[in-house]
Amino acid sequence: MIGLYIHIPFCLSKCPYCDFYSVQYSRRAAQEYAEAVIRNIRHYSKKYDTVYFGGGTPVLLYEYIGKILKAADITGNAEVTVEANPCAVTPDIAKRLASAGVNRVSLGVQSMNRNELSFLGRRHTPAQVQAAFTNLNAAGIGNISADMMIGLPGQNESSISGTASALKEYGAKHISAYILKIEENTPFARQDISLPDDDRTADLYLFTVRELAGLGFAQYEVSNFSIPGYECRHNLKYWRCKEYIGIGAAAHSYYKGRRFSVPPDIGAFTASDIQQTSVTDENPGGWEEYAMLKLRLTEGITFDEAGRFGKADELRRNAAKLPPELVNITKNGVNLTAEGFPVSNAVIGRIIY
Amino acid sequence: MSDKNYLDEIRNFCIIAHIDHGKSTLADRILEQTSTVAARDMEEQLLDNMELERERGITIKARAVRLNYKADDGNTYVFNLIDTPGHVDFNYEVSRSLNACEGAILIVDASQGIEAQTLANTYLAVEQDLEVVPVINKIDLPSAHPDEVKAEIEDVIGIPADDAPLISAKMGINIKEVMEKIVSAIPAPKGDPDAPLKALIFDSYYDSYKGVIVYVRVKEGSVRAGDRIRMMATKAEFQVVEVGYMGATELVPAEELRAGEVGYIAASIKSIGDTKVGDTVTRCDMPADEPLAGYRSVNPMVFSGVYPADGSKYGDLRDALEKLRLNDASLTFEPETSIALGLGFRCGFLGLLHMEIIQERLEREYNLDLITTAPSVVYKIDRMSGETIFIDNPMNFPDPSEIKQAYEPMVEAHVYAPSDYVGNIMELCQQRRGVFKDMKYIDKTRVDLHYDLPLNEIVYDFFDALKSRTRGYASYDYEFKGFVPSKLVKLDILLNGDIVDALSFIVFADSAYPRARKITERLKEHIPRQLFEVPVQAAVGGKIIARETIKAMRKDVLAKCYGGDITRKKKLLEKQKEGKKRMRQLGSVEVPQEAFMAVLKLDDE
Repeated sequence: MIGLYIHIPFCLSKCPYCDFYSVQYSRRAAQEYAEAVIRNIRHYSKKYDTVYFGGGTPVLLYEYIGKILKAADITGNAEVTVEANPCAVTPDIAKRLASAGVNRVSLGVQSMNRNELSFLGRRHTPAQVQAAFTNLNAAGIGNISADMMIGLPGQNESSISGTASALKEYGAKHISAYILKIEENTPFARQDISLPDDDRTADLYLFTVRELAGLGFAQYEVSNFSIPGYECRHNLKYWRCKEYIGIGAAAHSYYKGRRFSVPPDIGAFTASDIQQTSVTDENPGGWEEYAMLKLRLTEGITFDEAGRFGKADELRRNAAKLPPELVNITKNGVNLTAEGFPVSNAVIGRIIY
Repeated sequence: MSDKNYLDEIRNFCIIAHIDHGKSTLADRILEQTSTVAARDMEEQLLDNMELERERGITIKARAVRLNYKADDGNTYVFNLIDTPGHVDFNYEVSRSLNACEGAILIVDASQGIEAQTLANTYLAVEQDLEVVPVINKIDLPSAHPDEVKAEIEDVIGIPADDAPLISAKMGINIKEVMEKIVSAIPAPKGDPDAPLKALIFDSYYDSYKGVIVYVRVKEGSVRAGDRIRMMATKAEFQVVEVGYMGATELVPAEELRAGEVGYIAASIKSIGDTKVGDTVTRCDMPADEPLAGYRSVNPMVFSGVYPADGSKYGDLRDALEKLRLNDASLTFEPETSIALGLGFRCGFLGLLHMEIIQERLEREYNLDLITTAPSVVYKIDRMSGETIFIDNPMNFPDPSEIKQAYEPMVEAHVYAPSDYVGNIMELCQQRRGVFKDMKYIDKTRVDLHYDLPLNEIVYDFFDALKSRTRGYASYDYEFKGFVPSKLVKLDILLNGDIVDALSFIVFADSAYPRARKITERLKEHIPRQLFEVPVQAAVGGKIIARETIKAMRKDVLAKCYGGDITRKKKLLEKQKEGKKRMRQLGSVEVPQEAFMAVLKLDDE
């Protein structure tokens, strides 16, 4: 069974830190886009056990989500996630999403601190976050994830702890906590923003990990935490090197043994019958890729898995050279510790090279 | 053939100029005026034919070219223009080039006046009885003050400059006047073509078809293809295959070379070591009694370990060094092994510039990534055993208990600068353990400061420091003086507790502490944070005298892996893989090449 990712590249406004592909929302463009998505779903004609509407702001297309899902062959227990802005989740929209078949919503909360929200250019207020949780729960969608951000200018432990405990209180089952990174070609990159230094950011990250653990959210990936049993099944496919089809402008796929992507061009996507793709990796699934993705998870890599690539000894040898506070070596395999995750690029690099 | 008149129509001359004062540009203009080079072959600064020379605007090795000039008197003259290197490292080569000439054109920048190197070379020219023809260049610049410059030339060098041509080589102004001056002011060569052959070697280079091509000035006698010749210093003998002249773009074979002429000899010579600059070529059938005066063998002054960044390129590095040595007899190298850097070579250079040029050529022309260790000079050591050794590699520095007396090389240095900067210069020279000898005013505003300086104090960054203290106005030159007793110690650098042999160096005992502090600071700056804390220590004889700590890395993560787009992560991994190639694994510590470079430049401002 494979995953289906649908990229909805529309936003009402662009957040200053975001470098994902998106364009200004218009009703007409959205309708044409949804039709193109449906054409592509029919084209690939696969059965899916996870569906993820990402963006952009996919909730803007709430009218079409039902139609899109109807076009797809989805298993009965499929996980169907839609990303949404807290302020977009009105009681009505929450109900429409639920009746369309959506059973998981990922809210772009980012913070429950007004100053931080305003710095991030978010349109919502802390009160609207609470309302979104209420509306979703009322509509029967209890599996709610929230994004939060770490490493904002001036951020301290108490603001992180405030955001985390509010999310817990509202009933979040899953939290994605990302370290803010200033991406090239974003408004933030053009401003003179002074982020906390690496040491401080790492401290805030580790504080977040501990704080969330205390609230019952177990870390399962570098930036992802959940009440046990509520891990995002769709995203786990990425990290476990499983196949998925991506539909939409700028969507990425790993399908039939190749990784490919659709050009970031809405016009081209809607104009074409079937989306044009270009291969980004002709021969994926090698050791380096597998290790790089698997080591992002707390489950890590087992020696059995490494053995399939003939790398079990190398894994053991390289991991043993690293400081023990950064990696766990068990009798079954290797995984990064919470301290290892904030330096995971370097750690993974030393494990695979 | 004994037509003595041919000598009257030859002019052998060189051009003396400070870097950037327009030597190569004037040479180009002269080439144009004599139509030696077809317009389509005319590339800017033709005479400097190495890419690096063009970029740095300096002449590394002497070149020569023969030109025909039809003068106003109706006669056609043969001009032999011999180019000279313009840097202190190549002093000896300059003196040999000058020796091949009867005259020198002295180019002085109309806005900047005389600079140290120009002065040093002009004095060399005057010493060798060359007729010096001053030319004032860049008169098109708004800041030009030719009258003051003329007065300066008269004051400082003591030659009349009143009728010096005022030119702009760049704009092509008054070049003709320079040509006529060459005819009228520079004497024709003398010599007897029937006498035993005495030809001065002033340059040589390796040609893969013809073997070593030797550039000579024939002082006496003549030489032609088929002659058996002998190099009087190296005693090597060869059969001449071809002689000829240096055209602007190619060699032009000729029947013979006669006294007074400048040309080349090809004799299937395999090794450039047999054709030392300054040596005298004679004919075996009619040998000269004694060689021309002034030959000396040139010894490297500065040594450094040169290692391939990628250990597997050791063979390539060896090949490249061998090829470079074909054209540069002053470059020496021998294999060396470092625990930290693996297999490499200990290379000897004439000076720091020479070292930089060789390194750049290795990197650029042979596509090698290099790691270079701190340059060292040669130290002399009397051992307790009574034996005297010379050390150019800190790794071989004996245990202090075995040293009876250590000596370091001293140079006699002259710094030329506007008098405003005397205080700054003296302070610098003092810091560098200089011994003040005297100070002369060369004119109203400029001084010549004469110091004895330990070579190892000027080998690292003296010129940079001098320039930054004088806003770039100072220049200097030096000459080796001799070895003097000194207190020397070996300074070791430890990373994570392990000595990195490639970072060790020999230092004056009293400078060990500040140097150690500086180096540990530099290394801390240039070694990226590792996954664990790394102590950087400096030690003398096992005693730690400085320490810095590189904190453990805390953040290096891609937080997001969005929508299954892993391309960014892959790129990052690729970059890491590439980055790793530029790193040296020293024990458990990864050290970038830049860190080795950083310790080379330690301006102590």
